[in-house]
Amino acid sequence: MSTPGERVLIKGNEAICRGAVDAGCQCFFGYPITPQNDIPEYMSKVMPNLGRVFVQAESEVAAANMLLGAAACGIRAMTSSSSPGISLKQEAISYMGGTELPAVIVNISRGGPGLGDIGPSQGDYYQAVKGGGHGDYRQFVLAPGTVQEAYDLIGKAFDLAFAYRNPVMLLGDAIIGQMMEPVTLGSNKETESNSPDLGWNLTGKGQRDPRLLKSLHLTDGALAGHNLRLRDKYASMEKDVLFENFLVDDAELIVVAFGSIGRIAKSTIRKMRASGKKVGLHRPITLFPFPSRELDKLAAAGKRFLTIEHNLGQMVDDVRLAVRKHADSDFYGQMPGNLPTPEDFEQPILAALGVNS
Amino acid sequence: MSGYQDVIVAGFGGQGVMLIGTLLAYAAMEDGLNVTYMPVYGPEMRGGTANCTVVVSKDDIGSPIIHLPKSLIAMNRPSLDKFQPRVQDGGVVVVNSSLVDMALADTARVQAVGVPANEIADSLGNTKMANMVAIGAYAQLTGVVPLDVLKASLKKVISPNYAKMIPANEQAIQAGADAVRA
Repeated sequence: MSTPGERVLIKGNEAICRGAVDAGCQCFFGYPITPQNDIPEYMSKVMPNLGRVFVQAESEVAAANMLLGAAACGIRAMTSSSSPGISLKQEAISYMGGTELPAVIVNISRGGPGLGDIGPSQGDYYQAVKGGGHGDYRQFVLAPGTVQEAYDLIGKAFDLAFAYRNPVMLLGDAIIGQMMEPVTLGSNKETESNSPDLGWNLTGKGQRDPRLLKSLHLTDGALAGHNLRLRDKYASMEKDVLFENFLVDDAELIVVAFGSIGRIAKSTIRKMRASGKKVGLHRPITLFPFPSRELDKLAAAGKRFLTIEHNLGQMVDDVRLAVRKHADSDFYGQMPGNLPTPEDFEQPILAALGVNS
Repeated sequence: MSGYQDVIVAGFGGQGVMLIGTLLAYAAMEDGLNVTYMPVYGPEMRGGTANCTVVVSKDDIGSPIIHLPKSLIAMNRPSLDKFQPRVQDGGVVVVNSSLVDMALADTARVQAVGVPANEIADSLGNTKMANMVAIGAYAQLTGVVPLDVLKASLKKVISPNYAKMIPANEQAIQAGADAVRA
């Protein structure tokens, strides 16, 4: 447990662990894969010493189903993996979505498809945001851009999971996971949602009425009603949208980028501002719910858009949908396998501005 | 950006380049600055060089990955060959002249400073402290963090099991600084 206000220099992966521990995570179920390995390594050391649970499962599938079990008992629990491992967890995530179970899943994503590489990539945007498993479900998706945000957002992830009874994914990459930055600890707390009886969780029947948690709805019309209720729940998540706007007020062009790419683009924008280019940044922090309303507002104000991602173009679809009444978005894709640098984004930004260089 | 500095620290695996990068990052944090430390891992680690990038700023930091750095610490020749061409004009390049021929330094374009880091470390009794000599020289040349903060941060990066090595490492940092003092 952290001392409130303590300032430490740690990797993003460790910040996620310390944030989860401070937020009252009672169980961690993991399986090794790079570049998230620091997470199970840290949890294996710390959780048993706190009298909490660490399990290195026999597979990612097992870890995800252990998470489902803990969540069904109303326990604050978490699993982590990297892209291929997250693919293996999708069946359980879909079941948790259908059963409305509060669980936290961390994806420190890597290059793909398939085994890809162990470097940074944003190729898992669709999987995270559109529902990587089967069926009409959504998960809350949080994308930190700094190590401090990784700490803060994992605490928020537990709160959101219990507030909405829904899986929450923290989506980072090898840059966020492996870099070190100073972090001020101690702001994450256990909340009342960690109480033993939440009114729906499995606590041992005793004298109370039985409870049933399931994602199977076979009676006539039952599934339709369930799905419509889920739809309303997902729509209600919009009130928890998070984003960062940087120098957008007088900007002609707004770069839309999330996570590590968002902060790298910030360096490019600072440099281009110094030469008088009116460029700003919109960095979605929640990828689902997406900050569509804010982007629509910016579009209505006459801004133009360039979406930059570390993939072939995924979030750009959501940007285009958000701005469609007033504008469109150009796209620049940095390919995974190459480390992105601020210089990489200069030409695409100039091109989007219509400046010949 | 005010108070901004970035550096690529590079050398052979085993020369302790990640350690002095981490030390610099700790010192910057202790000095009240924002800092990022980015290790480069992957194929390069198994090839010639290990390297890390440290960015220090009073303002919040955008990119932790720097293609065109303002400064470089090159502990061996492959590091100088690879990164010197990318250093910005007029940037500071600390070259470990124990292992690198200073004739390779691009003195016309960058401010290259040779430091015989291995010899200095040898003279202090342990050649493994060449990395500390280099980071001392770098801190002295750039003023990115005060030397006393750098020394005080050693206890953060050297495990308690090796605490007895801290005074010698403080000496090595000082010796590096002294070697480049005008």
